[in-house]
Amino acid sequence: MITLTAPEQAVFAVDHSRCIGCRACVQACSECGTHRGVSLIQLDTVDRLHTTQTVPMVCMHCENPTCAHVCPADAIKQTEDGVVQSSLQPRCIGCSNCVYACPFGIPKYIARFDQMMKCDMCYDRTSEGLKPMCASVCPSDALWYGSREEFERNRSGTLVRDWKFGNQDVRTKVALVVDEPGPIDIFIGRTSRHWLDDPFGLEEMADA
Amino acid sequence: MARIPITEEALIERYGPHLNRTPPGGWDADVEYDRIVDTHCCFCGQQCGIRLKVRDDEVIGFEPRYDFPFNEGRLCPKGVKRYLQGSHPDRLSEPLERDPSSPDGFREVTWEHALARVTSEIQRIQSEYGPDSFAVLSGVSLTNEKSYLMGKFARLGIGTANLDYNGRLCMVSAGAAGKKALGVDRAANPWSDIPLADVVFVAGANIAECHPITTSYIWRARDRGAKLIVMDPRVTPIARKADVFLGVRPGTDLAVLDAMLHVVVREGWIDSDFVAEHTVGFDEAVAAVADATPEWAEGISGVPARRIEEASRLWALSPTGILLHARGIEHSTKGVDNVLACINLGLAAGKYGKPGCGVNTITGQGNGQGGREHGHKCDQLPGNRDITNPTHRAEVASAWGCEESEIPGKGLTAQEIMNAIHAGEIKGLLSICFNPLVSLPDAGFTREALDRLEHYTAIDFFLSETAHHADLVLPGSLHEEDEGTVTTLEGRVVKINAAIPPPANARRDWEIICDIARRLGKGRYFEYTDTEQIFDELTMASAGSAADYAGITWERVVSEQGVFWPCPEEGHPGTPRLFEGGQFHHPDGKARFLPTPWRPPAEETDNDYPVWLTTGRVISQYLSGTQTRRIGPLVDQYPEPLCEMHPQLANSIGVSDGDLVRVTSRRGTMVAPAKVVETIRPDTVFIPYHWPGAQSANLLTQRALDPVSKIPEYKVSAVRVEAAGGRGDVRDDRDLTLHLEDRT
Repeated sequence: MITLTAPEQAVFAVDHSRCIGCRACVQACSECGTHRGVSLIQLDTVDRLHTTQTVPMVCMHCENPTCAHVCPADAIKQTEDGVVQSSLQPRCIGCSNCVYACPFGIPKYIARFDQMMKCDMCYDRTSEGLKPMCASVCPSDALWYGSREEFERNRSGTLVRDWKFGNQDVRTKVALVVDEPGPIDIFIGRTSRHWLDDPFGLEEMADA
Repeated sequence: MARIPITEEALIERYGPHLNRTPPGGWDADVEYDRIVDTHCCFCGQQCGIRLKVRDDEVIGFEPRYDFPFNEGRLCPKGVKRYLQGSHPDRLSEPLERDPSSPDGFREVTWEHALARVTSEIQRIQSEYGPDSFAVLSGVSLTNEKSYLMGKFARLGIGTANLDYNGRLCMVSAGAAGKKALGVDRAANPWSDIPLADVVFVAGANIAECHPITTSYIWRARDRGAKLIVMDPRVTPIARKADVFLGVRPGTDLAVLDAMLHVVVREGWIDSDFVAEHTVGFDEAVAAVADATPEWAEGISGVPARRIEEASRLWALSPTGILLHARGIEHSTKGVDNVLACINLGLAAGKYGKPGCGVNTITGQGNGQGGREHGHKCDQLPGNRDITNPTHRAEVASAWGCEESEIPGKGLTAQEIMNAIHAGEIKGLLSICFNPLVSLPDAGFTREALDRLEHYTAIDFFLSETAHHADLVLPGSLHEEDEGTVTTLEGRVVKINAAIPPPANARRDWEIICDIARRLGKGRYFEYTDTEQIFDELTMASAGSAADYAGITWERVVSEQGVFWPCPEEGHPGTPRLFEGGQFHHPDGKARFLPTPWRPPAEETDNDYPVWLTTGRVISQYLSGTQTRRIGPLVDQYPEPLCEMHPQLANSIGVSDGDLVRVTSRRGTMVAPAKVVETIRPDTVFIPYHWPGAQSANLLTQRALDPVSKIPEYKVSAVRVEAAGGRGDVRDDRDLTLHLEDRT
């Protein structure tokens, strides 16, 4: 049986701690009917020397999207349920303002289509209650789509949608799953403790 | 004459691997499909449900299959891009015969010619050298129906004892241990039990890359607060979230597992009631670990004693627990003992037969489970029956309608067949679904052996590296071109549906096999007109056996989203969880503790070869790569083998990330770019094995076999690692993204 999720009740959650770096999301994104052959997901390898940690980046769908604000052609629109869409083809002038301005680094200027394209949360699927392609295939549920009730029933962690980029506060439709509540301040680093007493860091290579 | 007809380079030029990157008609083609077919992924034992979109008899894409309960739409990148193997320029569609005078190395021949030739070669070789001089190598990407058929074909069609399969390189250690200790060879649990576990112990399984969907089950257990123990020489992606990480030296898992049993006994954490009521042999197993203290195990394995104690406590004292093991402990000359040691831990802690409790192998190959039940192993007949057991032989003879004496005896295992070819004892070979030149250890030896065959026929859909040596290549069917069933790693029988017919003059594998049998004069045993008839015979032949399918029909498999065996009669619900109520499958209902005393690996490091080598898989490739090395987006993801090594080792030989290194063992040598990471033991390097020729990690591995299961010790070799000069073609994420965009 297929569970459908009404767009207005949907939660899109990203949990980096679950990601196994498999790229199923990247590969599936390129199968999307609206941008075939081009993936709009980025999977970042954080620091492969030290860790297998990888981070999938989908559009976070800001409530007040910077990309749309900086667009000189008014080409970036938001749907009523808060999905920020790719640029409108006749309007986009390919200036890449949005590419530079997005705090999450999401929009891409794609030469083949001569326009900015970005993750639109698979609007063709989600508007019909289906999961986006990436969250459909994700083997680890690092990318997850469903109702809030379903999330609370099955998942641990806190959903956080508030971010601080220096002086800019951003609230997003897509949530990050973290251990503690409160906004994510991307300028405050985290001190690293030795992972389970240093397997193979070898006491951080004998303290360098 | 099984030497390659023209140069390797010319064969690759003609037959690939070439990279298919786009669906039929390109990315701008119409996305409308005229039918969508519910089936399963062709890769790996998880057998994820998938829907294939078909237009004009070509697979043009996929849709997640949300309604299949195992994966609920989830897929790994191989599943997402598997549709690109169809409509592939390398697809074989005509019978080919070796022809050194042709620029292609092969000439197209008619089916009549090809079938007549293979038949006459089988007859010639058998009459000249004896019935067992012609061998058959099969594989477990084949459906249950084809696996069963290959067993019957080798025994009754050809009449050779020498039939074995590539599951010999995969699940046989677990299978042998399960039969010895528990009386059955199947995972103990449906995967829905994993989230019910309070502790999950992953022993030698790179779940994130080799069984990706299983990740979601482990994370669901974590959501409930389960603890995670991981034993591996590498900090795998799953290990990142471990509560206890046992960073074991290759080939020493048994020391850690024995020490865990030692601690459990010493601390009195035994489930005494369970042991007393449901097991035998406890005292002998405990005696074998009397000296296996954690401190002793630390000296052998490099795992700190207190970590071993912590893992023992978590495993024994958590109310429920699931142990998952895979090739990491099974690809070993003590593969069976490693699995028995896991089973001992499960029995001692009473973790069997209850929700969230059990010890499970994670079967690797597509039909690794079903393929090892239906009789295309050298020692086995359908229903997991023993080919040396007179009762079992009589049961199968009755099902086949033949004399018991017509069924040959036990033959050689896969590596032993290759050894016998090398020794000139086996002169002819027919293979299907097996690429031993890439997948067997000591690839240089395998190549020499293939050159010595008098005749070799390969049934394949792409020209594999082994098939380069063939005298005849018969174009068979891809997974999506035929229907049948497979049995998943859970023991769930599921239905594979045909999405498209085979192209041009390619044929369904079972039709080819039945035709050869008819020409050999054995048509009376092979009168099938569709694969459902083979399934019905298979279920009948399995009745009353250790792997009983008698109550399973195709109709039930479809309507119930799979049926778990044993399912002995019509109306039986199937058996998702084994051993409920502590009932094991030996005649007395009790499990066997079996002693697992420590012994070292076949080869150890020394001054000349001071580094351990272990091999394995990456997520974007599957086994010998015959399919996945032809799918462009998967090749982009990990284009060539890298030698993963610790910065300490890299510094000691003066290389940095991306520098080429030469890795040499007593068998051979290869060059690969270094991947310098802290997530591997400093005394160990890792190289994935999916590639042929000079890039084959199996140039380095050895032909040392487990004495019981005959699995090769892929996971432990001694090597020397040196700077080779120069840099590899190293790419990172950003390059990959750009690459995708540039391709317009």
